[in-house]
Amino acid sequence: MTAGVRPSISACPACAAAPAAEDLAERALKPSQIALSLPTIHCSACISKIERGLNAHPGVRSARVNLTLKRASIDAAPEVSAEEMRSLVEGLGFEAHELDGASLGATSTDRAGRDLLMRLAVAGFASMNVMLLSVSVWFGATDATRDMFHWISAAITLPAIAFSGQPFFRNARAALSKGRLNMDVPITLAIVLAIFTSLWETVLSGEHAYFDAALALTFFLLAGRYLDHRTRAIARSAAEELTALEVPRATRLREGVEAQVNIAELRVGDLILVRPGGRMPVDGEIVQGTSELDRSLLTGETLPVFAGEGQAVSAGEVNLTGPLTIRATAVGADTSLHRMAGLVAIAESGRSRYTSLADKAAKLYAPGVHILSALSFAGWYLYTWDMRTALNIAAAVLIITCPCALGLAVPAVTTAASGRLFRRGMLIKHETALERLAQVDTVVFDKTGTLTTGTPQLTNLAALPRAAVECALALAQGSSHPLARAITNAARDAGFAASDLVEVTEVPGYGTRARLNGQEVRLGRASWTGATPLAETASFLKIGDQAPVALVFADNLRPGAAEAVEALKSSGKTVILMSGDTTPAVEALATRLGIPQWMAEALPADKCARIQALSGEGAHVLMVGDGLNDTAALAAAHVSISPATALDAARVASDIVLLGNDLTPIAAACETAQSATRRIRENFRIATIYNVIAVPLAVAGLATPLIAALAMSLSSITVSLNALRLR
Amino acid sequence: MNILTYLIPISLVLGAVGLIAFIYTVKSNQYDDPEGDSRRILSDEWDDHPKP
Repeated sequence: MTAGVRPSISACPACAAAPAAEDLAERALKPSQIALSLPTIHCSACISKIERGLNAHPGVRSARVNLTLKRASIDAAPEVSAEEMRSLVEGLGFEAHELDGASLGATSTDRAGRDLLMRLAVAGFASMNVMLLSVSVWFGATDATRDMFHWISAAITLPAIAFSGQPFFRNARAALSKGRLNMDVPITLAIVLAIFTSLWETVLSGEHAYFDAALALTFFLLAGRYLDHRTRAIARSAAEELTALEVPRATRLREGVEAQVNIAELRVGDLILVRPGGRMPVDGEIVQGTSELDRSLLTGETLPVFAGEGQAVSAGEVNLTGPLTIRATAVGADTSLHRMAGLVAIAESGRSRYTSLADKAAKLYAPGVHILSALSFAGWYLYTWDMRTALNIAAAVLIITCPCALGLAVPAVTTAASGRLFRRGMLIKHETALERLAQVDTVVFDKTGTLTTGTPQLTNLAALPRAAVECALALAQGSSHPLARAITNAARDAGFAASDLVEVTEVPGYGTRARLNGQEVRLGRASWTGATPLAETASFLKIGDQAPVALVFADNLRPGAAEAVEALKSSGKTVILMSGDTTPAVEALATRLGIPQWMAEALPADKCARIQALSGEGAHVLMVGDGLNDTAALAAAHVSISPATALDAARVASDIVLLGNDLTPIAAACETAQSATRRIRENFRIATIYNVIAVPLAVAGLATPLIAALAMSLSSITVSLNALRLR
Repeated sequence: MNILTYLIPISLVLGAVGLIAFIYTVKSNQYDDPEGDSRRILSDEWDDHPKP
């Protein structure tokens, strides 16, 4: 209801992507606190087994397992390392991952949620007691009894409202001080006016007091706020867990001694060792070692790039074959990774342009009820010249038009829809993401890592001579390079056996070489085997003096990619493929999936510009991407989705995170979003119908506190039940 | 009607007891792990003597 006041974590992806070092330090858990993620625990036996095992360790002060979050928090002596704890739990037979305390800190206690819950409890308690007294008044208590009941009600209501109503009062004051109206202004006015006239009536032994209405109003609205808060708190904690799984640590070399340090502690000029499979923590220059780099997360290219001494590397690239020592040239917020994440802030317009349905309703509603209430006050004052009657009727109008149903209309539906999608593996991070998803008519996919898994697959095995395959298998089986692994898997699955080679040596950055019957054989890069490079991802095998043989690879499709594209197309949406990879690779995938529109060799700015152009033509674009080169596009799109395997910056920039490996839920999510938006609109209509019936009664001066209570409760309950109907 | 002198304070006190109990449970982190707590009662680990 009040978009402006909630602290939103995704309001500024750039800030969230690049938390300042001091901010990190402030949020970090105490150094002796270790958090582990335990994805496989499920019963009380798991809990007691892990807790007993951890508590038996001499360095552990206390350990507690949380089954809801599937996490263990360990309070240990400073010399106990997280790695030690992790292997201890793995030794007990459970999968365990270390969690980064700094990224986790924010969710450990949900202060705002607790605060709302407390106010909700007080409002609930008070409204039940006051309702008890009010019912006796409605059913015939008169004279002294009625006055006494009113006074007791007042004694309960005043402190209860003063405490519970604070969120509304604060928001209303904030909106008014900026000269704006939001939903909280009429709410505050209704509560204050109701209490004021009720007190006045009580003093004069009047018949009608609205204490119960003021409290019920607060209670229902707080319930809506709390639902809303919880939905996003769950999504936020799951998103933070994804971030926390990547512990930001690097190996620093100092005078030949290796030390594990936090990435935030790295300085320009430090020497850092990056092992094969590791990600570059900072921008730097290679001082020692040769290897190949996977840059697909940054550029979308699937082809590994050669890396040798003196070459510059960027944070986020993955080292494939040999160990590399790099000298840091830029750290923290200066790295190209963070500068690219900065693009997001500029492109952040898709979601800020959107006004939520609730805000649209508030814009119509707030002035409407104020004018109506003021008019009835003026009308009755001119008619009776009685301030008391006029004020009573004005208060009745404000209470009857109370926005409780409106306050529940959106949160009830979003809670139901987010819960459904969460069970299907989708995390709704942004509050208006569902409403925006419902409008989508164009879907843009990234290729590498989104539609494809990023792991290569050998495609021309059948066309290769038997001797070549056996030789390639023998060369590839010892290497952990992704292309070598693809050759090994494909050849083994097809039943080939490795030929006998001697002197097998891996040359990092180039390939593998060996001797076969006295001849030299090589498997590796085109330049190293004397072949002409192909446009597709390929590796080359050279046996002796024979011409090199090409082994061609294609990316594996992600499960559900074909189904998702098919389902989106059949629901009438335009599907576009945009990738930073080479034209043949993109074209091949587009034909394979039947995507008519595609764009290859796109730079991050190109993707962003194309999406802005599409939006300019009036399309509502859904962007699905995972790499750093997609972050700007993700932020510029109307709504965005990224898989859980995406880079942190991409996940932060997107509205929805896909937790599983499968892409199929995307199409289903669009449908759920559409039906959710329909329910929200229905709920608004239901709330309006109640007002249309009840408001004339109030304006005519016929409304009693009983009618107000009935209208309020009935509309709130109908709206909540309607939200539960969501399929 | 004199009975009200007893009944009203009693109803208020009972309600307040419930409210205070709820606030106590929220303050002492009892809603942090509902899943785990519902399983922990089945564990017989601390049945014979309470957890120190």
